Amino acid sequence: MAKVFIYPATSLILSDLVARFGHKPLGAALGIRERIQTAGIDSPPLQITPEEPKRGLKYAAVEVPSGVRGRMAIYGPLIEEAEAAVVVNDADLAFGCMGCARTDELILFSLRQSGIPILELKYPTNEDEGVQFVAAIKKFLASLPKEGEA
Amino acid sequence: MADYTPDHVGTVTKYVFVESPSMTPGELALRAYEASEGVLIKETCFGLQVTGEPEAVDRLITEIRTFDPTHIFVKDRGFPPGDPRRCRANLGGARPGYLGHEREFRILRYITHGLEEVERRGEDAAVPEAAPARERRPLLDIKRLQELIDTEES
Repeated sequence: MAKVFIYPATSLILSDLVARFGHKPLGAALGIRERIQTAGIDSPPLQITPEEPKRGLKYAAVEVPSGVRGRMAIYGPLIEEAEAAVVVNDADLAFGCMGCARTDELILFSLRQSGIPILELKYPTNEDEGVQFVAAIKKFLASLPKEGEA
Repeated sequence: MADYTPDHVGTVTKYVFVESPSMTPGELALRAYEASEGVLIKETCFGLQVTGEPEAVDRLITEIRTFDPTHIFVKDRGFPPGDPRRCRANLGGARPGYLGHEREFRILRYITHGLEEVERRGEDAAVPEAAPARERRPLLDIKRLQELIDTEES
């Protein structure tokens, strides 16, 4: 079972397809869950504490705004852990403030720099594209090592 | 600063979305309760949230997927169900993250069709030769900009 980073990191479709075809999806929920279940200082709503931008220094320079570094503290370890990635380009649900936008750019840059296999797609807009979308993901995931291999 | 003591430590929560012509979230919840074995189940308008020990949740999810394999979709959730930081009962309006789910919910029918077709065709399913390259959005043409300015001024 390979660990597959998904982008958008909150995507229901990618998370489901990766798990359905036998691999572990790495999405935002895993990073958030880790913080929500760790005791410390009360910092609602996401338990992002002042420590996170410091941890984010590993993934972004000190001149980068703390909002981006804080977000990278969640996504950076997941990208490091990932053995492959499935990316949907131009997803209209992957938008947000400038901090989110710059973090998204940094996530995609980090993924491409990491050298792991990446499948890039677009969301389907009709049934034929739906078939191609599912088939492409299935084929890509089948090429990754399964449980017990590697 | 106040101390924070987490609930549901060591558990996982997963969303189960059902987009099926033959099964409602209510029916799914009833069938899931029968197989739950101690996993906390919360019925929602789009499906379920299940919370429990990772192994028990995985077992239940495997069981739930068999009810309607191409119409049931699952993803992880960071928060436990009903968490006051996320629950719309406390916040008002849509739950943060709901609108993203709603957007993807509209294209689930294409994914369902894709899953059915890929299963039917087996290895013959059409796969695009190369991943579509990222397109650069065209820059705003200077004439178009002038038109926009003129329209705005008139």
